[in-house]
Amino acid sequence: MNHGQLLLIAILLSSFIPGIIIFFLPEEKHRLRTLLNLCGSIVKISLILVMNAGIYYGHVFEIRVPLIPGVELLLNGDPLSALFATLSSVLWLLTTIYAVGYLEGSPNRSHFFGYFSLCVTVTIGIALAGNLVTFLLFYEMLTLSTYPLVIHRGTEKSLRAGRNYLIYAFSGGAVFLVAVVWLQTIVGPVDFSAAGFSPSYLDSHGPVLALIFVLLIIGVGVKAALVPLHGWLPQAMVAPAPVSALLHAVAVVKAGAFGIIRIVLDVFGAQNLILLGVLPLLGGIATITILYGSFRALQQDDLKRRLAFSTISQVSYIALGMSMVDQPLAVIGGLVHLVHQGLMKITLFFCAGNLAETLGIHRISEMSGVARRMPLTMAAFSIGALGMIGIPPTVGFVSKWYLGLGGLAGGNWWLLLVLVISSLMNGWYFLPILVRAWFGKQQGPWPEEMYSGRYETKLMLLVPPLVTAFIVLAAGLIANAQISPLAWVRFIVRGYGL
Amino acid sequence: MIASVILPLIAGLLCFLFNRRTFIIALAATLANFLIASFLLYQFLIFGPMRCYIGGWQPPLGITLRTDGPALLMLLITAVTGFAVTLYARGYFSHRISDPVRVGRHQRQQRYFWPLWMLLLAGLNGLFLSGDIFNLYVTLEIIGISAASLAALSGKPASQRASFRYLLISLLGSLTYLLGVVFLYRSCGVLDLDLLRNFAVNGSGMHAALTLLTIGLLLKTALVPLHFWLPPAHANALAPVSVILSALVVKGSFYLLFRFWFETFASIVTTQALNFLGTLGAIAILWGAIQAIRQQRLKLMVAYSTVSQLGYLFIAFPLSKAAEGAQVWAIVIFMALTHACAKSAMFMAAGNIYLHLGHDRIKDLSGVRASLPITVFAYGIAGVSLMGLPPSGAFIAKWMLLSSSFASSQWWWPLVIVTGSLLAMVYVFRVMSRFFVILETDTLKNPVPLSPLLEWPALILALISLFLGLLAPWPLHILSRGSMTLAQTFPGGLP
Repeated sequence: MNHGQLLLIAILLSSFIPGIIIFFLPEEKHRLRTLLNLCGSIVKISLILVMNAGIYYGHVFEIRVPLIPGVELLLNGDPLSALFATLSSVLWLLTTIYAVGYLEGSPNRSHFFGYFSLCVTVTIGIALAGNLVTFLLFYEMLTLSTYPLVIHRGTEKSLRAGRNYLIYAFSGGAVFLVAVVWLQTIVGPVDFSAAGFSPSYLDSHGPVLALIFVLLIIGVGVKAALVPLHGWLPQAMVAPAPVSALLHAVAVVKAGAFGIIRIVLDVFGAQNLILLGVLPLLGGIATITILYGSFRALQQDDLKRRLAFSTISQVSYIALGMSMVDQPLAVIGGLVHLVHQGLMKITLFFCAGNLAETLGIHRISEMSGVARRMPLTMAAFSIGALGMIGIPPTVGFVSKWYLGLGGLAGGNWWLLLVLVISSLMNGWYFLPILVRAWFGKQQGPWPEEMYSGRYETKLMLLVPPLVTAFIVLAAGLIANAQISPLAWVRFIVRGYGL
Repeated sequence: MIASVILPLIAGLLCFLFNRRTFIIALAATLANFLIASFLLYQFLIFGPMRCYIGGWQPPLGITLRTDGPALLMLLITAVTGFAVTLYARGYFSHRISDPVRVGRHQRQQRYFWPLWMLLLAGLNGLFLSGDIFNLYVTLEIIGISAASLAALSGKPASQRASFRYLLISLLGSLTYLLGVVFLYRSCGVLDLDLLRNFAVNGSGMHAALTLLTIGLLLKTALVPLHFWLPPAHANALAPVSVILSALVVKGSFYLLFRFWFETFASIVTTQALNFLGTLGAIAILWGAIQAIRQQRLKLMVAYSTVSQLGYLFIAFPLSKAAEGAQVWAIVIFMALTHACAKSAMFMAAGNIYLHLGHDRIKDLSGVRASLPITVFAYGIAGVSLMGLPPSGAFIAKWMLLSSSFASSQWWWPLVIVTGSLLAMVYVFRVMSRFFVILETDTLKNPVPLSPLLEWPALILALISLFLGLLAPWPLHILSRGSMTLAQTFPGGLP
């Protein structure tokens, strides 16, 4: 076993072992638990950074475990995995800090943090998966490890949400399994590193392969919340705020979007998909999802629900970018949005959680004048919201800029139209919140004021959104520097020779 | 080889004679049984398949015991599960006896449980190792009678009715089987499985014999529509007995069925017949799962889940033509191994919940998670394995089933397989979600803590079933070695 393989295993274990230990810790040992969690996530980030450096200089990180003929577990660190792994591990650290503050004093915390760690382990597993079987393995485990988090509150409402989540997610998983097996019986085992199977299969099995592509997209589309497979996401908002952050920005929805990227770039490959002619289908679904999500977000008064529909809409930018896989600029836009959307959305969810935890505010109509009470939180919220709309210099602007450029380069004028309409709608559902919060007048007492201390809220709740909001601005400002997500995405796209 | 049959028999006798030391004797016996199984496997890996003629009598006269890949894997999983059940049963009876109400009854139950369990283990080991069809009849009878007696142990009216019906069905199955054996003996004059293979030519006599054998075994395996006896018998038995019945006993008769159809009589089996069994299997998967979803009691739900899971074993029949020899076995073995471990774990968990709450009504299971975290965890993991999610052994089996159905363009089987898993998800999580309900007040009135002997075997078996898929190369190696050597040793099928 060489250093690269050890590193991969260490990356997975750095959250798995704390998770298992936490399960067995007594409820009251919260200091030890927090310490374990933080150490685990810091170790994980450092290891992933080491791996990134290795990948950049061309080292190979690979573990193969054959199971039965044609089925092997394959972990492989490539630039794309590095992108997703870095995003997830950094956001995990922030979410952990946030969750420790958020859940202070609530029951069943060892249970919660145990699953939380497992969930991140599995997400990193998805990032590192080197073939479809391994991806499927972690994809199903992700459903299992997030389910207890979704129903953490243990109320009837959360159980219902959990049930729907399971039905959606496992149905998607089942479709995915069928598609994977079917694909393998035709083209044999597909490693992601091969970037697409041989085009010679297209002549003999063209229609079947197109069907398999659709099935695979349905399989991951459930988690990516593509319309009409999005029903579980708004319901899952009953979960505690850190879980929502996890679902929307760190793990679940991201895993779905990441799956779309893998299928398009690595399983089928750009050339095959263009020949099959299925890309307009993906583009169409993505467009519908973008517009429908924004439209539904407009109607919500519940803040978290509005954010949920906004996620549905925003994540589809990634799928939209992938549907123009022949345009490198659009691919860059889609890939970089994986990171950017995560940063912006997690900021928004942290802030929404702060409002609910500190003042008991759940509805937008209750937010009048809240910025005077919680200026820092609302500043972070505003940066996130402006990013979502796509206002420079935030990262949201960078994503949309590249998507638009890609669309123009490919002569897809409709894409520009979609971007403009969706940005307008984003503005339409975010700006009134900002106006109300900053310039509105407080109407009566806050619904349920739970915290009065030195800062506007607990420090552990306040710092994470400020950090992510700062990154949203900074990563947009230094988009052209060597260390920005954009630079890494360019590196990825160069690797595909697009 | 002889030891693995004789040892549990002796242990059973000893248990009967010394009823104060029953647990120690049984524990030693199951441990020794496990060591013997491992030793046989080790020998097999070095020397290949072996046979042993009791008393030196060669077939067609003597009694043959033999080892090969499938037999050893079944032997081994029986040994592992058996060991866990022994520990669990100890915990179970201690817990029951510590309850001051009806101590005498529980002591009586325990006294009869151990000898019967040892007898059953001897029967199962004999079944996996025997090489002739009359011997197999004897082992089937031993298994049937001891299993039915075990099922009756709980003494409640419902369980007595169910176990009596179980006994009758089991006898009917054995008799039908015996009739098939008589047919074969009349027309071929031999009973040895390998010799019979030479006689397996098309002809109404052979078909009739095979049909009789099959019906007899199907009755015992509880394939839909012959499953009606299983849920009440399994659900009303004592918890350790449910584990034994569901995880091990039904596998025994299935194992024989598979041997007959794919080895001894493989040359006369028709595609229609395979498809017929496959269709019954498909119906079993769906019907069993739907029934499981509708149950109001946890143990009944788990029992119906067995009906459903047995269906998967039969789906392998029509798909066997598309797969290669070792692979067909692999599908069935993976399925059976996963099911044995997962179902044991699940019945153990259900038993623990019953002990803890005093009932197993699904709608009133709220809040169990807080008091029995390990049991709930074991239940969840076992459920995941039953659903066939990776990396469980059932996932590998499903993968092979799916890939052989695509390879042979039989697209309807994947539909059934996938629907079955989704239905399994529904029944597993319908119960699971109850566990997660957080109760405002602590309404549990029975605060007796459960012994680790009750909780840990369940968790460990569940974990084995979950990670079986990662060990896949190992059973595959054993199976492929078996078939290879078999072909080399007996090129024309002649011993």
